Amino acid sequence: MADIMMWEALVRAHDEEMANDPMVIAMGEDIGVVGGTYKATLGLYDKYGEQRVIDTPISENGYTGLGIGASFLGVRPIIEIMSVNFAWLAMDQIFNTAAKVRYMSGGQLEAPVVIRSPGGTAHQLGSQHSARMEKVFMGVAGLRVVTPSSPRQAYGLLKSAVRCNDPVFINEHELMYNMKGDVPAEEYFHPLEGSEIAREGRDVTLFGYNISVHWCLKAAGLLSKHHGIEAEVIDLFALSPLDREGIRNSVNKTHRAVIVEEAEPAVGVAAEVMAIINEECFFELDAAPVRVSALNVPIPYNHAMEKAALPDENDVVDAVRKMFGV
Amino acid sequence: MKNADKKRVLREMLFARRFEERCYEAYVERKIGGFLHLYPGEEACAIGVLEAAKVGHDYVITSYRDHIHAIKSGADPKKVMAELYARETGVSKGRGGSMHIFDIANRFMGGYALVGGPFPLAAGIAKGIQMQGGDEICICFLGDAANNQGTFHESLNMAKIWNLPVLYVCENNLYGIGTRIDRSTAVIDQYKRVSGYNIPSAQEDGQDVDLVYKAANKAIRHVRAGKGPYFLELMTYRYRGHSMSDSNAYRAKTEERMWSGRDPVIMLRDRLIEAGQLTHDEFKEMDTEILDEIEDEIIRYAAESPEPPASEVGRYVLAENDPWVKGGVQ
Ligand SMILES: Cc1ncc(C[n+]2csc(CCOP(=O)(O)OP(=O)(O)O)c2C)c(N)n1
Ligand SMILES: [Mg+2]
Repeated sequence: MADIMMWEALVRAHDEEMANDPMVIAMGEDIGVVGGTYKATLGLYDKYGEQRVIDTPISENGYTGLGIGASFLGVRPIIEIMSVNFAWLAMDQIFNTAAKVRYMSGGQLEAPVVIRSPGGTAHQLGSQHSARMEKVFMGVAGLRVVTPSSPRQAYGLLKSAVRCNDPVFINEHELMYNMKGDVPAEEYFHPLEGSEIAREGRDVTLFGYNISVHWCLKAAGLLSKHHGIEAEVIDLFALSPLDREGIRNSVNKTHRAVIVEEAEPAVGVAAEVMAIINEECFFELDAAPVRVSALNVPIPYNHAMEKAALPDENDVVDAVRKMFGV
Repeated sequence: MKNADKKRVLREMLFARRFEERCYEAYVERKIGGFLHLYPGEEACAIGVLEAAKVGHDYVITSYRDHIHAIKSGADPKKVMAELYARETGVSKGRGGSMHIFDIANRFMGGYALVGGPFPLAAGIAKGIQMQGGDEICICFLGDAANNQGTFHESLNMAKIWNLPVLYVCENNLYGIGTRIDRSTAVIDQYKRVSGYNIPSAQEDGQDVDLVYKAANKAIRHVRAGKGPYFLELMTYRYRGHSMSDSNAYRAKTEERMWSGRDPVIMLRDRLIEAGQLTHDEFKEMDTEILDEIEDEIIRYAAESPEPPASEVGRYVLAENDPWVKGGVQ
């Protein structure tokens, strides 16, 4: 085990996969000479050269499509889109090509690309740099969506994503690249499907993913300390497909669910988890599931307003207290 | 083009014409569904260019107007027709349809419906070729109106800076659906538009298969020699509407007559007859043979093939049994 930052875990995953397979390449804006806006490819340009660590022009749809085309021939591109807000420009190639080409070719062709991108809301970056787009990606068949909550997951998810033959979108978080955590010293591949129990509990399940796992864990600590409520925290590191079994197992145990997301509520992760709970274990519920989401607004620049637009651990605590009437 | 090859090329163009006309009928009979974009009038483009390529070795990618590009790349016309009939025996197992013909064994990398979508895919295939170190090239056929997409500019730029082995062929039929090129596009000559990317280019008569072949040969030699991308514009015309749902009411009769007077099949036929390499009777015989083949073999195969089982609708969404989904075999 080594205690390293998330960006260091990402560098290690890139490095190991590039060393393992000469067809693995990294591409994106300022990922080469500069080493990446969040340092996820630091040092790789010097090690692997400009043919494999490619500084792209600012052409999101173009270079994403290029990576997809290369993947048809067995290249395994790891494409960094500098900010998830810019991924909107690449939606055409991601959705119309990568997600559909296996299907519409009758299984003849596949697009094993990895697209990683920092999403989420950081500090006062304004409306056009604060998108939370995981809901958009998970709504389309043919694409896998994963999202790490720790350096260990960031490392292991990227490694499995590179080797998997499906296109995988990795939703990272702008605020988490400097987060520290244990990563196994030996090589580790994280599953691309499933969920993890981040904290065992018996009274209520808090579902989170990526940054909201940490709000859930903090909230669980507060609930235990002040109210004697033992919350289970489920880390939904895989958003597509979602782990129906894991969701069912936990709700069958606690009979209550609160789903926590950083994004606007409509057509979102929480809405989808609620639907699954409905379908899988409605009669196990002791209370109607509740979601804790952002407000349905573009993210403002003003600090206090930005804070007001986003949920945090206190909103989770409040939701649980309301559910229990305490 | 060698004289010996010309007769075969004539046959291929005539076959392409008859194949597409038969598709038209099948669509009217409701045997083919969805959007159907046909190629009559433009045969010399795909067939002339790919005659100069190494089909099955070079990679080919194009838009939704893709039947003939696939067939010339080596796809079995029976399986292309079966695809249009939405059968399990179709090239794309009935999941693709007219706009999504794929034949990866022959390196026909697909037909794509999004205008401009294949530009970066072709550059990516070329990047793959470059990494593998082979002498293949990627040939991307797209229409004139596609050049107004951002992907055109993004892809030409990347192809140039990374010196990728890709040949872009613009089939300039003067229209994007019903909008004439001068109403949609600031520069009419498409080959001039790539000079901004420092990419060599040429414009050629797309109705004369001899000229297309010559121009393509030069272009392909350039790309295969490792000199980077090339752009070839072919001036052509489609006889039918954009797709089967297009009324085709926006074009002047005089314009249509002018182009049908330069029919690629007739031009080559007459040239061969004049040179004494073909007789009128031989041509008629060739035509009858083709019509019989289409009816007795191709249509029959498609019509008699089974449809894919509806129970398999969930297949090919994701990879089957991919071990890395579970974190590998540990
Ligand atoms: C992104 C996108 N926008 C619009 C369309 C609808 N559309 C289909 S074909 C076409 C015209 C394309 O013309 P051109 O590129 O010249 O090719 P041609 O059909 O003439 O061969 C349009 C607008 C589409 N399929 N994709
Ligand atoms: Mg056109």
